[in-house]
Amino acid sequence: MNKHDKRIPQTLPIQSATFSNPINAEIRRAAATGIYDIRGGGAKRKVPHFDDLLFLGASISRYPLEGYREKCDTRVTLGTRFAKKPIELDIPITIAGMSFGALSAQAKEALGRGASAAGTSTTTGDGGMTPEERGHSTKLVYQYLPSRYGMNPDDLRRADAIEVVVGQGAKPGGGGMLLGQKISDRVAEMRTLPKGIDQRSACRHPDWTGPDDLEIKILELREITGWQVPIYVKVGGTRPYYDTALAVKAGADVVVLDGMQGGTAATQDVFIEHVGLPILACIRPAVRALQDLGMHREVQLIVSGGIRTGADVAKALALGADAVAIGTAALIALGDNDPRWESEYQKLGTTTGAYDDWHEGRDPAGITTQDPELAARLDPVEAGRRLRNYLKVMTLEAQTIARACGHNHLHNLEPEDLCALTMEAAAMAQVPLAGTDWYPGKPGSGY
Amino acid sequence: MQTIDLATQSLRDLNVTLQAQKDQTNATSWQVLNPRGAHAIAVGLDAPIEVTVRGSTGYYCAGMNKQATVHVTGSAGPGVAENMMSGTVIIEGDASQYAGATGRGGLLVIKGNASSRCGISMKGIDIVVQGNIGHMSAFMGQAGNLVVCGDAGDALGDSLYEARLFVRGSVKSLGADCIEKEMRPEHLEILRNLLERAGVDAKPEEFRRYGSARRLYNFDVDNAAAY
Repeated sequence: MNKHDKRIPQTLPIQSATFSNPINAEIRRAAATGIYDIRGGGAKRKVPHFDDLLFLGASISRYPLEGYREKCDTRVTLGTRFAKKPIELDIPITIAGMSFGALSAQAKEALGRGASAAGTSTTTGDGGMTPEERGHSTKLVYQYLPSRYGMNPDDLRRADAIEVVVGQGAKPGGGGMLLGQKISDRVAEMRTLPKGIDQRSACRHPDWTGPDDLEIKILELREITGWQVPIYVKVGGTRPYYDTALAVKAGADVVVLDGMQGGTAATQDVFIEHVGLPILACIRPAVRALQDLGMHREVQLIVSGGIRTGADVAKALALGADAVAIGTAALIALGDNDPRWESEYQKLGTTTGAYDDWHEGRDPAGITTQDPELAARLDPVEAGRRLRNYLKVMTLEAQTIARACGHNHLHNLEPEDLCALTMEAAAMAQVPLAGTDWYPGKPGSGY
Repeated sequence: MQTIDLATQSLRDLNVTLQAQKDQTNATSWQVLNPRGAHAIAVGLDAPIEVTVRGSTGYYCAGMNKQATVHVTGSAGPGVAENMMSGTVIIEGDASQYAGATGRGGLLVIKGNASSRCGISMKGIDIVVQGNIGHMSAFMGQAGNLVVCGDAGDALGDSLYEARLFVRGSVKSLGADCIEKEMRPEHLEILRNLLERAGVDAKPEEFRRYGSARRLYNFDVDNAAAY
């Protein structure tokens, strides 16, 4: 019998789930270049996320609030533990740290404009504070990073809060690299390095190691800023219970917890996809750490990593967070990966929605670039307006859900408002699997 | 001379008082008694005042200093003069780890020895150590000068950018991409000036210069073994 005989039914070609086309393409790319893939953004793999949770809404046992009539408060105060001037925000959605250097000056300005118009804060990044950013941000959080690029006490005192960055969700335990092609004269000057060379951002701070040192570092920062402004500590999602507890022990006013879906300007793909936890798995352990220390709501918790909608905001808050931060979503609102640039994405070998070579500085949308011609494509006023609109919509969405659950403040959302669609999400969020009163690991359940 | 006694006054009182001194003040001379290893002494100063700390300090003494001259008569804990912008910091004794870390300007003089990571990520500061320095000093140093009158430990200048390193004694080993470089007349002049400002009686010709080979400035997979 000849298997190639057309009269015999043929076995269909079967693609390997293990050696899939994307995997094989990466093997061939690595074999051809000898270097790992570097890209921007966060984890693209599917992980348990807020989509795997549902709100239960009101029923006989709970009554809802009238959607267009009864108030549902959204305000949040961050930094109530030690700071003389805590940050008061109108909405619990903040803009995460993104550097000038990684982003164009226009993009940074747009973030400041949009956040300020929506009544929230934005955050500097690994490159210091620019006058445009300070000028357009009503509330500006100043990141204190291992590289200390552009760090100086004057900017420190100009900030409304300080965020000591220990790590980030896209690369917990890793540093960063701003490649030479994005090092313009201005970026080079701000970072005290020659133009055109790759700029390494260190993975750990140069003058402290461990939580005991961090406590002393925070003391120094407070002494320099007169105990006026809140001090946040940002960690990537890896060991959320212990990291949160240690940040509190070190004296943080606010803990910022970033899951693996959180973006980066540039890191190895293998790092982004294989290190760290989804944010869904981080929130409950962090909240438990705060509760165990009697610090829940006393030390505020900001969570980030894949926040896209008002539903995500509401779910994060229901699990115990005080606020969320958005990065990638804010860039999309500004115009990143917009279909209007599809022909140019194709010239770069990619397509709308998949463009992630943010480190190369050739962003058609003018956001992740230092090329003056590309950067000029982004109108900071118009882009800021889009961000404002997006933040408003997210807030309205979160309020809609909160009212339906009977709450007059977003912070009154609680785990009991939620159920999970999957076993994994039930275990991570510690809310019942839909239709049951059980989740894996529930105390007393025997599992 | 104004006196602040940390046996009876708080650290907050100390820093508030010193930070409040402006350019026009007449109270330009201060002494701090009983530091007893306290952390964050005289941090964030921004006036041309002179502060003498009579004893030894803990972490981050004179951190982020601008304009002021801070003189520690004992030894200093980790991170002394970290991120200094300008001014002068003088340590009579030894300094612990990370002395002058990320400093952007000014002069740090350590009359004893400095521990590991002296001048880590320095960005323009001048550091003169009259004794020896520990391992990984000037790691990722971007700009400024590190002068060592004694010996240097392992991995000096690892991943160095544009900081200049001058060592009179031995160097146990050089870090990745750090090499010995020719001491040209302009370097001798820089060194002479630094030694003079630090009050060190040494001849520039006795030193050797080290700097970046600049081979790792742009990532190349063929250099992966160097990391």
